Amino acid sequence: MGYLKLRIDRIFGIRGSALGRRGALARARDIVLLGTAALTLFGCRLDMHVQPKYLPYAATNFFGDGRSERQPVPGTVARGQLRLDELMFTGKENGVVSNRFPFPITRADLERGRERYNIYCTPCHDYTGSGHGMIVQRGFPQPPSYHIQRLRDAPAGHFFEVMTNGFGAMYSYAARIEPADRWRIAAYIRALQLSQDATLQDVPASERAKLTENSAGQSAGSSR
Amino acid sequence: MAQTFHRSTNLLARVSIFGGLLILGGLAFALYEIALSPWYTEQYAVRQQPVPFSHRHHAGELGIDCRYCHTSVEKSSFAGLPPTQTCMTCHSQIWTNSSMLEPVRASYRDNVSLAWTRVNALPDFVYFDHSIHISKGIGCTTCHGSVASMALTYRRGTLYMSWCLNCHRQPEKYVRPRSEVFNPFYRPPSGEEQLALGRKLVKEYKIQTLQYCDTCHR
Repeated sequence: MGYLKLRIDRIFGIRGSALGRRGALARARDIVLLGTAALTLFGCRLDMHVQPKYLPYAATNFFGDGRSERQPVPGTVARGQLRLDELMFTGKENGVVSNRFPFPITRADLERGRERYNIYCTPCHDYTGSGHGMIVQRGFPQPPSYHIQRLRDAPAGHFFEVMTNGFGAMYSYAARIEPADRWRIAAYIRALQLSQDATLQDVPASERAKLTENSAGQSAGSSR
Repeated sequence: MAQTFHRSTNLLARVSIFGGLLILGGLAFALYEIALSPWYTEQYAVRQQPVPFSHRHHAGELGIDCRYCHTSVEKSSFAGLPPTQTCMTCHSQIWTNSSMLEPVRASYRDNVSLAWTRVNALPDFVYFDHSIHISKGIGCTTCHGSVASMALTYRRGTLYMSWCLNCHRQPEKYVRPRSEVFNPFYRPPSGEEQLALGRKLVKEYKIQTLQYCDTCHR
């Protein structure tokens, strides 16, 4: 307190008039010191709870559309994201929908495909791909079953294309599912098609007996 | 010489000393209780939203996966709020005349963002990352409560530091198998079983009990 008193006295010139030029300097420094002290005292509640930064999706009135997140300039390509691989990003080769996958499909890819399919596709296409999902039951137009001949014959790239661009009432899922995952889903759709179209001949010979000895109601084709 | 104070002041002194302590203690207790009460923490308080979106309907009754809308929760610090396009994926066909959904249609039509009110907001000095919690087997409902039963969304946790530390100190009490992370109806096994499962998963998922200040304050 004594120190503060001294400072205040000096600033207001109560005893410092004889200090001359050096005194003026010291006074200026003291004003800065006191000002800082006052700022720290009163600054306490303007604290770090609300920092001058934008959190994801924060609103702003700086930009006309109220969004702090800006759209990239049209045609912007982020480093490492130039999409030159036609098959990988469009499902086509030389402009024709391809039946080839851009990378070899492993078991892990299929499992990832199943997981993604169950998240994004089952609401309408349901778990077997017959198109009786919960949203369809609530009034969404029914999508075709994957198990019709047209879609069995469709190239894998067709499913990729539909996920990427949408089709009919179905919106694009490009913003929700990454390209590689779209391919994995396409692979899983192929697996679903196989599962719904299997014959006894597809079952290994050693396992067939187990199926036939069970009741006739459990056919080899049914799953789930 | 006569005593300045009468004998009865002894009692008065004792009463005021112990009474004062009691009042102070009571005040401290009351403050503590108030700080933990939903009235102060705003737990269970429903926020006004532009559309009365029901997680109970979408995630509970319809069984839509959390990630259908919160797409970035597995790979980003931010779980992700769906763009209007996600809402319109279904609502371009369903409930198209509902007046409740008019803000959604207007947002899609005019390319204006829906201004949702945040329900779980941390102070800016806290760093939190959804993706790491998801990949270590912490379920959505562990922190967010039974969202699939919330007609209107509210915050379940206090979001106090002690609340975070509860789990950071003893993750085995809360961790669940990775396959159950997004299951909104998951019920953890009771007591000892959870601890046994938890200890196993903590080892398997290599979960650390991080309690450094700079784990979250960076």
